[in-house]
Amino acid sequence: MRVRLVYFAWIRERIGKAGEELDVPETIVTIGDLIAHLSSLGEEYAAAFEVPKVIRAAINEELVEHDEPIAGAREIGLFPPMTGG
Amino acid sequence: MTVITTRVQPSDFDAAGEYEALRVATPAAGAIVSFTGLCRDEGGRLTALELEHYPGMADKALGRIASNAATRFPLLALTVIHRHGVIPAGGNIVLVIAAASHRKAAFEAANFVMDYLKTDAPFWKKEHAAAGEGAWIAAKDSDDAERDRWDAVTAGNAPSG
Repeated sequence: MRVRLVYFAWIRERIGKAGEELDVPETIVTIGDLIAHLSSLGEEYAAAFEVPKVIRAAINEELVEHDEPIAGAREIGLFPPMTGG
Repeated sequence: MTVITTRVQPSDFDAAGEYEALRVATPAAGAIVSFTGLCRDEGGRLTALELEHYPGMADKALGRIASNAATRFPLLALTVIHRHGVIPAGGNIVLVIAAASHRKAAFEAANFVMDYLKTDAPFWKKEHAAAGEGAWIAAKDSDDAERDRWDAVTAGNAPSG
């Protein structure tokens, strides 16, 4: 599955890019699987996703939990806890 | 039916002008609460805050939070404006204006919207320090707690704490 990934704040800085198109292997089912997969792609990814539980995710601009399936996602956002307001 | 206005924008807003526009458009209002969130200078340590946002999702999040507030509280009108980009110390970051027939709903709705903006709106703040390097501001557990206390109360009642 091909999906667009977008990164924000220190996750974007650590990876060194704001987003990318990625071919996701069929074995990747959930957001949690995706984060583990990304961590294996290189040092910069490992640094960005060092503490998986703090990572927040959105599928097609809607906030989701780590057990959410990614099937059908067009865009997945990965970012630190939000600090709006 | 609550008249909801939400905007995500880089430019400054006119808090007094927004208040006046809402007041004139809402003659049934008996109470208007206006809250403005500003960039603190932290005693001179900070020159600015840089607010990164997730375009699209930020608009959706503001819309959802405002609509949830309107479902929960008897509001006549609700305006929520959130800025992004570099905001100098002393500058405006966020504006919430809630109009209702009575004061309680207006106060509580403004509070509710701010609690949810803190944790559920995709913005991230980075400090621009007077001394040079700046750091990302970490989310606080207490912000999650402030938001979650709304789950524990029935609509129309203020949470404790």
